[in-house]
Amino acid sequence: MATAVQTVERENYLNSNYGIKSWLLTTDHKRIALLYLISITAMFWIGGFFAMMIRLELLTPAGDLVSSDTYNKLFTMHGIIMVFFFLIPSVPAVIGNFVIPLMVGAKDLAFPRINLLSWYIYMAGAITALVAMVSGGVDTGWTFYTPFSTTYSNTHVIGAAIGIFIAGFSSIFTGLNFIVTIHRMRAPGLTWRRLPLFCWSNYAAALIMVLGTPVIAITLLLVALERAFNIGVFNPQLGGDPLLFQHLFWFYSHPAVYIMILPGMGVISEVVTCFSRKRAFGYEFVALASIAIAVLGFLVWAHHMFVAGISVYAALVFSLLSYLVAIPSAVKVFNWTATMYKGSIRYETPMLYAFGFIGLFTVGGLTGVFLASLGLDVHVHDTYFVVAHFHYVMVGGMVMAYMAGLHFWWPKITGRMYPEGFAKLSALLVFVGFNTTFFPQFVLGYMGMPRRYHAYPPEFQVLNVLSTAGASILAVGYVMPMIYFLWSLRYGEIAPPNPWNAVGLEWMTPSPPPTHNFDETPIVTWEAYDYEHQPQEEVTVGH
Amino acid sequence: MWQNLPLFPPRASALAWQVDGLYFLLIAVSAFFSILIFLLIFIFAIKYRRSVHPHPVPIEGSLPLELTWTLIPLGICMIFFAWGSLIYFQEARPPKGAMEVYVVGKQWMWKFEHETGQREINQLHIPVGRDVKVVMSSQDVIHSFFIPAFRIKTDVLPGRFTQTWFRATKPGTYHLFCSQYCGTDHSGMIGQVIVMEPAAYQAWLTEGGATGTLASNGQQLFQQLACSTCHRSDQQGRGPDLAGLYGKQVQLDDGRTVMADENYIRGSILNPGAEVAAGFKPIMPSYQGQISEENLMALVAYVKSLAQPQQPNNRPLETSSVQ
Repeated sequence: MATAVQTVERENYLNSNYGIKSWLLTTDHKRIALLYLISITAMFWIGGFFAMMIRLELLTPAGDLVSSDTYNKLFTMHGIIMVFFFLIPSVPAVIGNFVIPLMVGAKDLAFPRINLLSWYIYMAGAITALVAMVSGGVDTGWTFYTPFSTTYSNTHVIGAAIGIFIAGFSSIFTGLNFIVTIHRMRAPGLTWRRLPLFCWSNYAAALIMVLGTPVIAITLLLVALERAFNIGVFNPQLGGDPLLFQHLFWFYSHPAVYIMILPGMGVISEVVTCFSRKRAFGYEFVALASIAIAVLGFLVWAHHMFVAGISVYAALVFSLLSYLVAIPSAVKVFNWTATMYKGSIRYETPMLYAFGFIGLFTVGGLTGVFLASLGLDVHVHDTYFVVAHFHYVMVGGMVMAYMAGLHFWWPKITGRMYPEGFAKLSALLVFVGFNTTFFPQFVLGYMGMPRRYHAYPPEFQVLNVLSTAGASILAVGYVMPMIYFLWSLRYGEIAPPNPWNAVGLEWMTPSPPPTHNFDETPIVTWEAYDYEHQPQEEVTVGH
Repeated sequence: MWQNLPLFPPRASALAWQVDGLYFLLIAVSAFFSILIFLLIFIFAIKYRRSVHPHPVPIEGSLPLELTWTLIPLGICMIFFAWGSLIYFQEARPPKGAMEVYVVGKQWMWKFEHETGQREINQLHIPVGRDVKVVMSSQDVIHSFFIPAFRIKTDVLPGRFTQTWFRATKPGTYHLFCSQYCGTDHSGMIGQVIVMEPAAYQAWLTEGGATGTLASNGQQLFQQLACSTCHRSDQQGRGPDLAGLYGKQVQLDDGRTVMADENYIRGSILNPGAEVAAGFKPIMPSYQGQISEENLMALVAYVKSLAQPQQPNNRPLETSSVQ
């Protein structure tokens, strides 16, 4: 045995087993994370393709590239795919799936088979939605507003709704797994106060997944039933109420925004501490802010309905609560910034993405305050201002965080380093492209350009051209990582167990980790982000 | 002074300045906080970079700082909350004595009916300086009535009335957009609001070829549909007398009291069993599906006109009662 040590690769979760069956029937959280990674990347490119078509159509005021029906299907499918099949599973199901058991020092998630099942359910939902799209598409907008979706649309609404309904269960299973794992499977000594902030924020998101997702499932089921059997829940001609749909839809879909952003905030906490070599400033406040966001997030849904005909007093209450939910987000931003104070900062790619996240999320969050303001929301509601706002949060925030996380944990996941130079360039392109695409849309929105417009008056053209130009830069910024990540799988430098010299249990096991994660269950005797006691220089670890 | 800046829509209503004022203040505060965060990140990233600052200083956190950046943003938010709500309340309450325009949204056009009987499609003529209350409903899906130059927007719903109001301050032609996605030709559901000087508006009214006022059309329908056999003015009918009804509190047979507004009148025509006036039997048949949105509006306008001692359409143009 001793003779083979030099040449035989150490066994890890990737090489322990080969063959398609060992992947499709795996219960290893790390392999399931990779299954999710491949699936959501495919969905990202499909959704991204629709986005490019939208931007190209909007290059000119006339609706000349595609027909209006096609355009309506494009933005609908862009929204459905990006929200339900990319953003919601992105950080939790890929990065969370991979690193949460490692972070808490466990061998796997609490329910490995349910974890695998969640991926199959996700795939069933995604394929159902894709079949609905390929066989003719959907044109209701991702919001499925009634009575348009139930009575007037002639497209495959039921198929798309069923697809989202199915995918919801995968989200619930992931959430359930996280909650139980974080409660029950922490290594000895890893108290709640020593838990990485990534676990805190995923825990908060998991609570929303488990509590909120059933509501969207029921709502979309009602839409499908109303469409098929005319049961009259939402149709006013049958005594239904179209606003009931909006209440039910946003009761999930607003908290869903926090399902998307909270795990991203967790990534940023890990990255900022690591590359500043500091304990997270105000750890307890950042952790509790996640829980506060999850709780308050359930109480703000009707701010999507300020002009929909709700009572002025209801609007008043929801406006107030919407302001309150902005506070914990602000607390996080201030704490991340303060973490850098008197740190020792390195500009590796994950940190560049984290800088981008903090900046863009700040803009996204502050423009949310504009929208919470009743008198102003009346003017900018359903305009490009809203489009710009949620793209700043979802793309500028969430996708930046996802990219930060992918780069940060890529060495751990694959055992290979990505090329740092290209990665920095792509981070820069994403930042520049993103702002060029979406900043003009704030101005467009205030000028009055409504969203979901296939054609528009000529005075809006200049800003739309700028936006489309930015989108092409953004596309290059996203294609590059796709190429160099794939390249790194074969040609990337071999990653050491802890390339960033980070603290955290996931860095104390080899890269890539063995199937069982740790040879011995770790015992935690130190506080979270204990960078003061971490040796400054990289310790060479042989394996 | 901002008029020529293309970054804003024209400012053509009494409310526009208030909304823009709030917007400018929000921009200023947002810019302050964004620049603060950007600067801090930039300064920290340069000053504490690894090559010049290799040894991080351990800092746990600071309660005073946490309180500062919790309470100050909270305080600022409450100011914006109060200001935004004040504007919203003004938008939600049409002033008394406003002239009324009835709007029907349908895939994909706007239909307007003036009290004086003029009908328009995708064009709305209104006089400058006059409060205009807009009563809207949709014939099919949800639409949204959005005039950027006036900074107002209200969804137009099927099955009920919604309302908004404005007072145009500058003659001109302004965009009207449908801002709630409504299907194939959503982006074609646009129109023009033409704000005219009072004299020009009067001239437009007279050449407008109206065939009777909206209320008088409603009166004809009231006869045709035989509403008048039960809703009689001599207190002998099987239904309540409708004179003086609009704007009053109505006692219902289940003990509740409701305001007799547009939506109550509408509901009483389409779904009469839901809210029956006290002292009457629930015998009225439903007219659901038998009356078009336009005719419904005419009927509502007629019932409303019964509340006033005189016809509503011959008030002088000068009366505008806001502020």
